[in-house]
Amino acid sequence: MAELTYLQAISDGLRTEMRRDKRVFVLGEDVGVYGGAFKVTLGFQEEFGAWRVIDTPLSETAIVGGATGAAMMGLRPVAEMQFADFVSCAWDHLVTVAAKQRWRAGTPVPIVLRLPSGGGFSGGPFHSQNPESSFAHIPGLKCVCPATPEDAKGLIISAIEDPNPVLFFEHKHLYRRIKGEVPEERYTVPIGKARTHQEGDEITVVTWGAMVYTAEEAAKQVDASVEIIDLRTVMPWDKQAVLESVRKTSKVLVLHEDTRTGGFGAEIAATIAEEAFEDLDAPLKRITAPDTPVPFSPVLEKAYIPQVDDVVRGLKELIEY
Amino acid sequence: MASTTAVDVVMPQMGVSVSEGTITKWLKQVGEEIQADESLLEISTDKVDTEVPAPATGIVSEILVQEGETVEVGTLLARIGGEPGAAAPAPPAPATQEAADESEAVAQETAEPAAAPAAPAPVASGNGKSFVSPVVARIAGEHGIDPSQVPGSGTGGRVTKKDILAFIEQGGQTQAAPAAPAAPAAAEQPKAAPAPAAPAVAEQGESLEPMSAMRRGIAEHMRRSLDTSAHVTSAIEVDMTKVVQIRAKLKKEYESAYGVNPTYLAFIARATVETLRDYPWVNGELRGDQIVTKNFVNLGFAVELTDGKGLIVPVVKNAEGLNLLGMARAIADIANRARNKQLTPDDVAGGSFTITNPGGYGTFHGTPVISQPQAGILGTYAIVKRPWVVSDENGNDAIAIRSMMNLTLTYDHRLVDGAYAGRFLRDLKHRLESWVESDY
Repeated sequence: MAELTYLQAISDGLRTEMRRDKRVFVLGEDVGVYGGAFKVTLGFQEEFGAWRVIDTPLSETAIVGGATGAAMMGLRPVAEMQFADFVSCAWDHLVTVAAKQRWRAGTPVPIVLRLPSGGGFSGGPFHSQNPESSFAHIPGLKCVCPATPEDAKGLIISAIEDPNPVLFFEHKHLYRRIKGEVPEERYTVPIGKARTHQEGDEITVVTWGAMVYTAEEAAKQVDASVEIIDLRTVMPWDKQAVLESVRKTSKVLVLHEDTRTGGFGAEIAATIAEEAFEDLDAPLKRITAPDTPVPFSPVLEKAYIPQVDDVVRGLKELIEY
Repeated sequence: MASTTAVDVVMPQMGVSVSEGTITKWLKQVGEEIQADESLLEISTDKVDTEVPAPATGIVSEILVQEGETVEVGTLLARIGGEPGAAAPAPPAPATQEAADESEAVAQETAEPAAAPAAPAPVASGNGKSFVSPVVARIAGEHGIDPSQVPGSGTGGRVTKKDILAFIEQGGQTQAAPAAPAAPAAAEQPKAAPAPAAPAVAEQGESLEPMSAMRRGIAEHMRRSLDTSAHVTSAIEVDMTKVVQIRAKLKKEYESAYGVNPTYLAFIARATVETLRDYPWVNGELRGDQIVTKNFVNLGFAVELTDGKGLIVPVVKNAEGLNLLGMARAIADIANRARNKQLTPDDVAGGSFTITNPGGYGTFHGTPVISQPQAGILGTYAIVKRPWVVSDENGNDAIAIRSMMNLTLTYDHRLVDGAYAGRFLRDLKHRLESWVESDY
């Protein structure tokens, strides 16, 4: 075991797979010489050479299109978007081709898109979004959102192994802030399995990514036994783990950093209403960002992204209900 | 604003299963001074009657609920101190109050034609207690509980999942779960919701008085017990001569040494507890399709309240651990507290078997009703001197004057067979007739 940051854990997992499997290569803007926008692939070009660590032109369309073609020809590309926000440029390749190829022609498309996402550092509307729900909505795409270093490594390896297109949302706010013990050997964390971040029996908080830590902080400030379910992957999501927890606690708070309307929390809420109605003791509560672009101003951004105090307030309302 | 803040007096929570109470008497009126802990009013709940002490010293500034009214737990009854009327920044938001008044008015206007069994407008209570969440509804259904009987701790008194689980944990009485619908053909008409008490009208020469909460509780329980258990009564004659002699001797000793009167009831209770050990089903209960037996005897005693105002059954917990002296003392204690309205709801809960003693007025037989969910109740009757055939050790018969008493065991024939009940009575009779002082 070694203590790694969330960012180092992603590098570690990626490096492990590149050493193990020659089909795996990375491509993206400045991933080679510069080591990537956040230095996830620093030193990769030295170790694996410029053919496996490819600096591309400033075109997400080209990156995702090229990766899709390479995957169809049998390779295992891992493409980096500098910011998750820019994946929208590649929407057509991703949604129309990569996601549907397997259904349309039986060809697997084993690409991984690394998507640095999330706010909290005044990145403004183009560098702070959490667009996982947009892609979770597209059949054929998988969406992974790890919260811990250990899960980040295990899930990047699972994503590379997976024969389908996987969007790997890595939260920028966690990159260097979060450290944890990470096994040195290769291991995988299954896609579609939630993790119980902390056990409790009075309220369930369902969340993922950086909000796991916001929930943890908030749970410390209320007088109730709070269970925090870290989904880890949003598509497929671990319905069973969530429903089991809801059956135990009967009160649910769904927390995400993405905007509210059509955010993935809405899907979770709807599922709970459909499948666990008779286990509810309070209306389900959602805490999310409002339906606006992410503001630049630090003050406004703080008001925008769910804060510990917001979650405490939500938990208290559920406790008192 | 008032210089001193008014202190609210609310309907107290008198135990887990009590949800409302009736104000029977105000002991102080508006303008009178009262000391903290001095009794302010008397209330009557379906479990006990009791006095409510003042929470603070001061002048009674407002009385908001009149004698005879029944209100839910937590309802504001009176205020002490502060300026009458001006006190407390109107707790229920005026809007809500208006809305409640309005809905009440509407309810009154439309009430007449609607013969529907609609519950008496829970809307108007406006305290949120009537809302039952899906999980609470499910749990209530599974356990046959009426959620309105569960004290709520949620917003506006709402019953939370925790509340109902705690209620069940503490043995909150469950109503007999509605029996699975029998063969559809035989199905009776759907029970037209227990007649919403048609307003009684007094004919000439009659007078009306409202049922007390206790009387309502008794009425409901008696009916439910008869609807639940298959009541059968067996009787046996017991020669109490030996007990009479021993008691005469012990009475002086107990009274001088302990200030306790060893009543016949204490002797009978003691012998009953011993006998129940060998007949666990008489001390048991039917719970769903399970037979429950208990390694303890919580012995209930029916106590008549003064003025014939009802009957209460306080329970001596763990009676199996008491000797004759302890039993006599425990019975005296609960009887006193019952008559002085000092019982708590927990004193009247959790019984596993009951003794009733209607013999005080000379009756020699009866068929009491079982206290649910128990399986039996023992009736004790007058001890009278009667000519009785006795046999000496050589088998010679003679007629002697003996102190005789009848005992009845009324048992739930679903669980207890007649022969089992007969053996129970035989053994109990034997214990009393051959009372060994050192054993008790």
